[in-house]
Amino acid sequence: MVLLVVPAVGAVTAALVRHDLAGRIAGTVAAAVAFLATLPLPIGRGTRVDTGPALVPWHQVDVAWVPSLDLRFHLGVDGISYPLVVLTALLTLLCCGYTLWRVPDPGRGRLLVALLLIIEVGILGVFLALDLILFFVFFELVLLPMYAVIAGWGGPGRRRAARMFVLYTLLGSVLLLVGLVTVVGAAGTADLVQLTGTRLGTGTQYAAFVLLAIGFAVKSPLWPLHTWLPDAHTEAPTVGSVILAGVLLKMGTYGLLRVAVGVAPDAAQGAAPVLGGFAAAAIIVGGLVCLAQNEVKRLIAYSSVGHMGFVLLGIATLQPVGFQAALVGNVAHGLITGLLFFLAGAVKDRAHTGELAKLGGLRETAPGLSGLLGFAAVASLGLPGLAGFWGEAFAIVAALRTGGAYWNVLGVVAAFGAALAAAYLLRLLRRTTHGPASPAVLALDGPRLSAAELVAWAPLVLLIVALGLLPALVLGPGAAAVDALHGVVGR
Amino acid sequence: MTTDIAAETLKLPSLDYAALAPMLILFGVGCVGVLVEAIAPKKARFPVQLVLAVLGIAASLTAIVLAAGTEKVTAAGAVAVDGPGLFLQGSIAVLGLVALLLISERSLERGGAFVAQAAVTANSEADRDQATRGSGATEVYPLIIFSLGGMMLFAAANDLLTMFVALEVFSLPLYLLCAMARRRRLLSQEAALKYFLLGAFASAFFLFGIALVYGYAGRVDFAGIHAAVLDSPNDIALLYIGLAMVAIGLLFKAALAPFHVWTPDVYQGAPTPVTALMAACTKVAAFGGLLRVLYVAFERSQWDYRPVLGAIAVLTMLVGAVLAVTQTDIKRLLAYSSIANAGYVLVGVLAISKAGLASSLFYLVAYGFSVLAAFGIVTLVRDADGEATHLSRWAGLGRRSPLYATLFTFLLLAFAGIPLTSGFTAKFGVFAAAIEADQTWLVIAGVITSAIIAFPYLRVVVMMWLSEPGESTPAVSLPGALTAAAVTIGAAATLLLGIVPQPLLDMTENAAHFVR
Repeated sequence: MVLLVVPAVGAVTAALVRHDLAGRIAGTVAAAVAFLATLPLPIGRGTRVDTGPALVPWHQVDVAWVPSLDLRFHLGVDGISYPLVVLTALLTLLCCGYTLWRVPDPGRGRLLVALLLIIEVGILGVFLALDLILFFVFFELVLLPMYAVIAGWGGPGRRRAARMFVLYTLLGSVLLLVGLVTVVGAAGTADLVQLTGTRLGTGTQYAAFVLLAIGFAVKSPLWPLHTWLPDAHTEAPTVGSVILAGVLLKMGTYGLLRVAVGVAPDAAQGAAPVLGGFAAAAIIVGGLVCLAQNEVKRLIAYSSVGHMGFVLLGIATLQPVGFQAALVGNVAHGLITGLLFFLAGAVKDRAHTGELAKLGGLRETAPGLSGLLGFAAVASLGLPGLAGFWGEAFAIVAALRTGGAYWNVLGVVAAFGAALAAAYLLRLLRRTTHGPASPAVLALDGPRLSAAELVAWAPLVLLIVALGLLPALVLGPGAAAVDALHGVVGR
Repeated sequence: MTTDIAAETLKLPSLDYAALAPMLILFGVGCVGVLVEAIAPKKARFPVQLVLAVLGIAASLTAIVLAAGTEKVTAAGAVAVDGPGLFLQGSIAVLGLVALLLISERSLERGGAFVAQAAVTANSEADRDQATRGSGATEVYPLIIFSLGGMMLFAAANDLLTMFVALEVFSLPLYLLCAMARRRRLLSQEAALKYFLLGAFASAFFLFGIALVYGYAGRVDFAGIHAAVLDSPNDIALLYIGLAMVAIGLLFKAALAPFHVWTPDVYQGAPTPVTALMAACTKVAAFGGLLRVLYVAFERSQWDYRPVLGAIAVLTMLVGAVLAVTQTDIKRLLAYSSIANAGYVLVGVLAISKAGLASSLFYLVAYGFSVLAAFGIVTLVRDADGEATHLSRWAGLGRRSPLYATLFTFLLLAFAGIPLTSGFTAKFGVFAAAIEADQTWLVIAGVITSAIIAFPYLRVVVMMWLSEPGESTPAVSLPGALTAAAVTIGAAATLLLGIVPQPLLDMTENAAHFVR
């Protein structure tokens, strides 16, 4: 598939070109080509036949890789993965473009671009893989470049943050691998198309689901396995945080939806209340912790815990509405948090501090920046008409629709969590943009937005509005696939 | 035994020379090598010995390729020539050839990595003199050739006595080679002494085990033992104790916990090229012997030995992984990593199935290439006092020599089993085989220890790339052609076996049938 080859070639070129700027440009071009290549994917998708298998990719490539180990190079795209594929390609392009303008310390921008492209290959691979082992291969591929990005270009506490990130995700990967091998061993095939809808034994399903769910929960991250996330986000360079929050976390929720639920539907049904409980706890904990944060990037990082809680709650309901909430929530969170991290990075780069106490009055000195920050924060708190609304609203609706006292309580708790989100984001705005201008803000380097920043952020802003007005952009292509997946669970 | 066998020995056993050729060639070349030492003038010895050794191994490899497909027991039942045997012999020949390249490197240090006269008292005046001036001993070549020949015989031995003889033939030269490091003579001698003493103990256990098994089965050949396991009227305790003692001898050579304690000291003290040879070839030979003993002779006792050896595999992986975390010397770290890797191979071995056999063979070859390249790079990182093996000295190596730091990073990732390296394919193979054989607990222990051992590897990676190079960061020497070739072959094999492992997997699968 062109999608994987282009960024890979771009990564190699960017790393090999001697000249730093030329390398960065080469990488950005590769990211742009990859993004353009994702656009025509829906063309030529077949109409779904109800009697067919539960997972019908629009396009696929299926080549034997290592036949004797039963490894296949099986890639394909469908309605569930397509929005995430586009999101990944878009965010990588924006990040590469952003590094054209600004390279975080200690320089060597072409290496950073090369690493970003390798991460893109890995993430796209995860979203496209239709073979469980291939899925794992790509899942692992992301880990090390991300580690290098955090450890190489991060803030003062980067060593510790990078180590936490690696240890947590390695542990998650281990459980994931055991889970995947259990499934493959029991089913005799690693092919997702065949596995989705095959009923494995109940014992196997439970074992596999628990292992996979914990593995993915580390990545997502689901409370209480989230402690790597704030450090990693806070210390990572801006582009690292954007990729990390924007798409890397989605590998966890996507995997939960596609692999764990798809392969072990009965176990998913059994474990759903537990998962839902954790998700609701994540929403509340994320919100409460955010209220006490004093650092911009840390606050946004913890807000991710809450938002991913909504996504997981959607998945846990096992309702079509819930799945759709998860889909749209994933994409919306990718766009909004991506934008928020870009903005937070811009504020930190200019004011040289991220402490809320030392910021304030940004509105006075940098109206453009504070306006965008306001927009992103309002989108993040789920204002109707912007992208963030649909994922949260649908998740709550799905929880209430599942019925029963337990799910009603979860729905109410989640709604309360949404209110908490409003509280902490408005607090963020009040502390940073309003009030008298602090010394750090008065001494801002270059309060105006540069053209590069505008170019990098404009697509995100536009998409947030577009998705807010027309959630069908994501829901439309995904509907058939979601129904099919729900059919598997409900059977 | 006395009368029948005595009557039989009157007839000459029929020897299939073509099938025995790989070993006969090496032993012959070894003898010629000794004569060269006696006859050739001092200056001519090094090139003559090198050419002779390379040609000998190449000829032996040719004989192995020509014999491919043979399945027979020859030399009166003493040697089995079959798929796994030939595959292991071929691996020993190829890995031995690559190790020979490392051993022959003379441009890194005047006179090579070996001391001129090992018998000179360490740290004496004469010793210091020869450390800087003397040209390295060329006796190492016949020693290595004998050792490789012994390893090949060990992998093909079809009775316990032949196996014991082969064990001694390949061990004794290794004991000597360990003592011949040019630098840090005391450490090297200590390593050799430790290896020799512990190895002698292990050999004694092995021999005593043979006696007990003979007491039970009345035979020492594997087919005979296989038949006797079910039918013998003797006390079964003899069999269990005998098998346990034979296994101790083999586990010692393969460096499995709790018989691994010699490994870090010996790997650290021995000249690095010899360490590479031991980590790659000895491991292949030791597991070759273990595979044949477990699969051919004692297959019917598998329900008895499997849990015990399974516990040993788990212990080995844990010890290797956990102790690797605390190491501060790169050679010791690689030693513990090799212990952990031996545990992973044992997981494949314990599947006791065709898949288990094939995946273990694949693992041994994949690991052999990676470890040769890794030790090859260790020989390059040096300062005025020889190799700089302390980890702190590796800080910032990525700035000084990005190429070698990249290669070493790649090899460490392969040891950690990251996808797209041979390490992943190999680990996946043994784990899949073990799951198929319902040994899931071994696999769970395996993946958990893989996560633990990834940490020390990453620590080295971080140290190389993210630390500032200090005053004490040694330069990387420009390798001579031989080391460059060895490192390139090892790294290329690691990459290729990660991306297109199919050809070698096919070979191991076709080879995975023992003749009994």
